[in-house]
Amino acid sequence: MKKKTITLAQGNGGEENNELISKVFYKAFKNEILEQSEDAAVIHGGELAFSTDSFTVSPLFFAGADIGKLAVCGTCNDLAMMGAKPKYLTCSVIIEEGFELESLERIVESMQRELEINGAIVVSGDTKVVPRGSVDKIFINTTGIGEIIKKGISSNSITCDDVILVNRDIGCHGATIFVAREGMEMSSALESDCNSLYPQVKALLDANIAITAMRDATRGGAAAVLNEWAKQSDVCIEVEEEKIPVSDEVGGICEMLGFEATALANEGTFVLAVKKEDSDKAVEILKSFDVCAKASIIGSVTSMHPKKVILKSAWGTKRFLETPTGELLPRIC
Amino acid sequence: MMELSNLYDDFRNPDTIKAYASKITLLAKKLDREIGIMEVCGGHTHTIMKYGLPQLMPKNIDFIHGPGCPVCIMPKERIDHAYALAMQEDVILVTLGDMIKVPGSNESLQDARSKGADVRFVYSPLDTLKIALENPTKEVIFFAIGFETTTPMTAALLDLIIKKDIQNIKLHINHVTVPEVMTTLLVDSDNRSVKNRIDAFLGPSHVSVITGSKIYEPFALEYGKPVVVSGFEPVDVMQSIAMILEQLIENRSEVEIQYTRAVDRGGNKEAQKLIEKYFEKAPTFLWRGLGEVAHSSWKLKDVYNTYDAEVIYDAVLPKEQCMDHKLCLCGEILKGMAKPPQCTIFGKSCIPSNPIGSCMVSSEGACAAYYRYGNL
Ligand code: SF4
Repeated sequence: MKKKTITLAQGNGGEENNELISKVFYKAFKNEILEQSEDAAVIHGGELAFSTDSFTVSPLFFAGADIGKLAVCGTCNDLAMMGAKPKYLTCSVIIEEGFELESLERIVESMQRELEINGAIVVSGDTKVVPRGSVDKIFINTTGIGEIIKKGISSNSITCDDVILVNRDIGCHGATIFVAREGMEMSSALESDCNSLYPQVKALLDANIAITAMRDATRGGAAAVLNEWAKQSDVCIEVEEEKIPVSDEVGGICEMLGFEATALANEGTFVLAVKKEDSDKAVEILKSFDVCAKASIIGSVTSMHPKKVILKSAWGTKRFLETPTGELLPRIC
Repeated sequence: MMELSNLYDDFRNPDTIKAYASKITLLAKKLDREIGIMEVCGGHTHTIMKYGLPQLMPKNIDFIHGPGCPVCIMPKERIDHAYALAMQEDVILVTLGDMIKVPGSNESLQDARSKGADVRFVYSPLDTLKIALENPTKEVIFFAIGFETTTPMTAALLDLIIKKDIQNIKLHINHVTVPEVMTTLLVDSDNRSVKNRIDAFLGPSHVSVITGSKIYEPFALEYGKPVVVSGFEPVDVMQSIAMILEQLIENRSEVEIQYTRAVDRGGNKEAQKLIEKYFEKAPTFLWRGLGEVAHSSWKLKDVYNTYDAEVIYDAVLPKEQCMDHKLCLCGEILKGMAKPPQCTIFGKSCIPSNPIGSCMVSSEGACAAYYRYGNL
């Protein structure tokens, strides 16, 4: 029998990735908290949110952000998605021999700036330097604890009383990294959406918006989030394609390269399930943030085809929107 | 970028699409029989399924999904070639997009890469030059695939290799041509017409930019099948369907061009010259799902043997024949005799991440397009 090896497609945030996680990690680590499959684990009697993420991205510095900002946003956003205020982070770094000190300083400064936005601090860390070639420049892991300010937010409790929103136009991070990696000359207006989401979440919670679930649409994009939700909550999510905000830049890149914006990664874009009566207000609050000018209601929740996501066109046709498969854009977060 | 979106917005205008849907419904009423329209090109299959166009068609109009996806039609034998080349010491194997995912008789190029082979995909064949210049100690092999659309680009690559005297690029040619395979769908090997459901063709867009619409004239004149060369956007396809129905109603069979913004009768003469300079027709090519089709592919002319990876690496290229899976209905699907869901393993053991047959391989293949878009 041939030996199976890990392929890049298994790290795509889509179907192959899910399969690897469930067949190897969930199988070994099986427990009730892990099985909730939330962005962050809810622990300590529902008071704390706990999450970890490792970051490797090429290039390290890209339009709109860098790996440092990404490393803090990534973990803090996972906490914020559970209605938690990010508080304490750890930071471990694996650095390749020969890495420039100046770049390291830039990365760490950018981490600190983002920590301040979240009101969080790094309380423990670890640094390893490994011989040339053992890692690609620098890998960063952050783990964070947040204090849950609104309990009960969960991707497992979405019902037909909810509507689906996104906080901004989608796909910017994936498109930016792709363009940077391929060395394409593109419109300068394109930059990563990498951003801390806690301020937006706080504004929504302060206004008492009835939020059922939130999830940041990182690898696998909005399509992955919607499919995870449909499965976890056993509902059908019906999305209107023309309501999904996509910038001209991202739309153009998708057009040229045959991508779908819903499958592109984001680092400051999240999907929300909000009770119907609060949805307009939620959009209004989101729109008060500069980056969220295109916040929009994109769909509804029904019982038509449970566990499925339906994409509806403006001319009356429908199709299922599936979890992205294949090697999308490797190593972007 | 703004201009690009203006360009396609018009061709996806919901009102225009709806207006054509009504027109097609009216026209179809005048034809009191089932009409099968084959879109030859995988790009059209993708458009048709992605935009849900079958949902807008009256009951008696049916799309038949043709063999025009260069990745899908690549037989396992050729993929095994790519795999074997990629596994050679000091070789960088370069190819286009989806090719990397397709399993050969054993594994895919993606698997080869996870075992340490250097496999890269590019968006344009000319990107191979950059890879070769950056890796002077490696042999860079371009695994060339595609219809008439990409063939001139490979020819242009060879042109540059020769002009710049670049020593470390070799080519493995898998360029196929459209008309011969269209013919095999209409007639059997004894040139008798076969009974299937193709009443008309939606002609490929990009291929026709290069070849011109003249290559389809035999289908209209000799076989009596209307051909309309269509653009890629949903409005293009809807308008082309209406044009085909009008021909059928009026008992005409002509080659018409809907995609006039890019296609004319003669095509791109420069590109045709470039192809003829470096390539000649190979005696036969094995199409996945369809078998051998005579004169349906290009090979490098013998004088360019020193650039031909198939010649140079002959000793390491596997020669075994591979059988298509016995349950796979691709051949029937391509002839319009079956639809993907009729295959018993569709969506079960045959899925895009583990394709059993050719039509599931790339998003332009009929089974993959059904799996992704046509599932509702
Ligand atoms: S579903 Fe797979 S096996 Fe069946 S016809 Fe399509 S490609 Fe062939």
